Amino acid sequence: MNNNQRNEAYNQYVEARIPRTKPWPSLFNSFWVGGVICLLGQAIDTLILYWFPSISEQNAWAWTLIVLIFLASFLTGVGVYDKIGKFAGGGSIVPITGFSNSISSPAIEFKHEGIIYGTCVKMFTIAGPVIVVGVVASVVVGIIYWIIGLF
Amino acid sequence: MGIDFLWAFLIGGAICMLGQVLIITTKITSARILVTFVLIGVVLQAFGLFEPISGFAKAGVNVPIIGFGASLAKGAMGAVKSVGLLGAFTGGLQATAGGIAAAVGFAFLFSLIFKSRTK
Amino acid sequence: MKQTIEFRNRPKIIGSYSIVGPKEGQGPFGEYFDYVMKDDSFGEKTYELAERKMFEHAITGAIEKAGLNTGDINLMLAGDLLNQIISSSYTARDMNIPYLGLFGACSTMAETLAVGATLVNGKHFRNVICATGSHFSTAERQFRFPLELGNQRVPTSQWTVTAAGASVLSLEGEGPEITMATFGKVVDFGIVDVNNMGAAMAPSAASVIHTHFEDTGRKPTDYDLIVTGDLGKLGAEILVDLLEDKGIKLGPSYSDCGHSYFTRNQDTMCGASGCGVSASVLNSYIVKKLNKGEYKRVLFVPTGALMSTTASQQGESIPGVSHAIVIEAGGRK
Repeated sequence: MNNNQRNEAYNQYVEARIPRTKPWPSLFNSFWVGGVICLLGQAIDTLILYWFPSISEQNAWAWTLIVLIFLASFLTGVGVYDKIGKFAGGGSIVPITGFSNSISSPAIEFKHEGIIYGTCVKMFTIAGPVIVVGVVASVVVGIIYWIIGLF
Repeated sequence: MGIDFLWAFLIGGAICMLGQVLIITTKITSARILVTFVLIGVVLQAFGLFEPISGFAKAGVNVPIIGFGASLAKGAMGAVKSVGLLGAFTGGLQATAGGIAAAVGFAFLFSLIFKSRTK
Repeated sequence: MKQTIEFRNRPKIIGSYSIVGPKEGQGPFGEYFDYVMKDDSFGEKTYELAERKMFEHAITGAIEKAGLNTGDINLMLAGDLLNQIISSSYTARDMNIPYLGLFGACSTMAETLAVGATLVNGKHFRNVICATGSHFSTAERQFRFPLELGNQRVPTSQWTVTAAGASVLSLEGEGPEITMATFGKVVDFGIVDVNNMGAAMAPSAASVIHTHFEDTGRKPTDYDLIVTGDLGKLGAEILVDLLEDKGIKLGPSYSDCGHSYFTRNQDTMCGASGCGVSASVLNSYIVKKLNKGEYKRVLFVPTGALMSTTASQQGESIPGVSHAIVIEAGGRK
């Protein structure tokens, strides 16, 4: 048996021994926590439109996102967001609040390496790829849209 | 109005649960989950599928990071319409500037105030 | 004997000291540790400084318990998990003792003891201090994610402990005796999952334990305790299976420090990991039991996963290394 076969057999054996956790509780938690975060967004949007009737729908929505991002960033700072994340998993990663947490947590973590090389550089360790991939994809979509418009 | 809240909860919850399914089945980390959902948003918007869902789900699709991807694509496409090819480069970030600036700004602010702690 | 050496002059552990964080202090070994920190920042500004202070505390504690002064120590052998083993090197800078930095990941306690015992047995050095440790918050930020990131731990993951331990080796004085060491090979069975350290390290532990029994002609029943470092629950189960395949039955005298380091409700999934696990358990529980005579002969096998974030991101698998040390109760000839 050569090393590759041995390693393959070992990996299969390990895979079979890994403790299985029931998926349902974590799926349920991610569902209701994620739902509640979206519900909160809907409520903030509704309130903004109610309090400032002259605001455009688009701007009301922009404010809603900013409020959610602020809340998540603050909860990260006081050490609460990671507890929500431990409980909810995808429920608190997928919403925009998870994006905010992914920027705030390294910013706070690496502050001791200095404002430039710590906070500012490390801020994008997790969110960097999100922005890069999103921007690149949108540019590609924009260019394709422009080419289609030529004909 | 009540129906908006119901849809926001149900659709938003379902999208987040889809994220959890990805975590359980593929063991991917949060950076990859966020990237995947941003791409889903861009694609949905590019094919014109996002608006119809957003019309009834409201916050249910806009709060998840899918909405961020959709805004990027929508911004790029909208700007192409009004200013031409330049819009493909300026539109995406223009549409999402508020969110990115807020996330970066608040992260910077709170990094000055708070310290991370051991769990 | 292929990989085993016997120490005929029987170097002794004449002083030992363990220090742990608050969470670790609440675990089953809590009462045995010499010092439990109230706060794991240990009054320092950063966790790296806290880890360094832990090292210094453990080293001075062990020297004091040996009845010596820092000036009596001829050599310091130490290592840790941080890049360029900074905790050890910076501690050595402040201790003003000649220093060899050793890296064996979480097997470092065995590596320092094996090298230290060799040097003391050969009478090249009189008193040698061996130390290692780890800190949850420094390891987490180097190897994984920021502490405040909201993500979930997978069931195979382990909890890096905040703990350090130090032992003073010498031919003069009283204490448990190091009689043999089996130096282990680096073994890699192709595990790439950075959240499954136990499975990555178990083959190296199996290899060194198997070689130890082959070299010495001994059996597992010759030991009152066979203890691995931080394989965790899953890794320990795998080790038992791997050795059974080689015809060795470990039996009831086997246990794993990492598996028994925390209680079930401390929420650490597969158990504890980190250099501090075997270092703190050896320098508290095991040495105390040997001194009381409750154990006569112990096979101490710390296990290390030689993981690097760079290599992992480039798709490399995780190699493991383990060394086996035989420690016997003192006072026999």
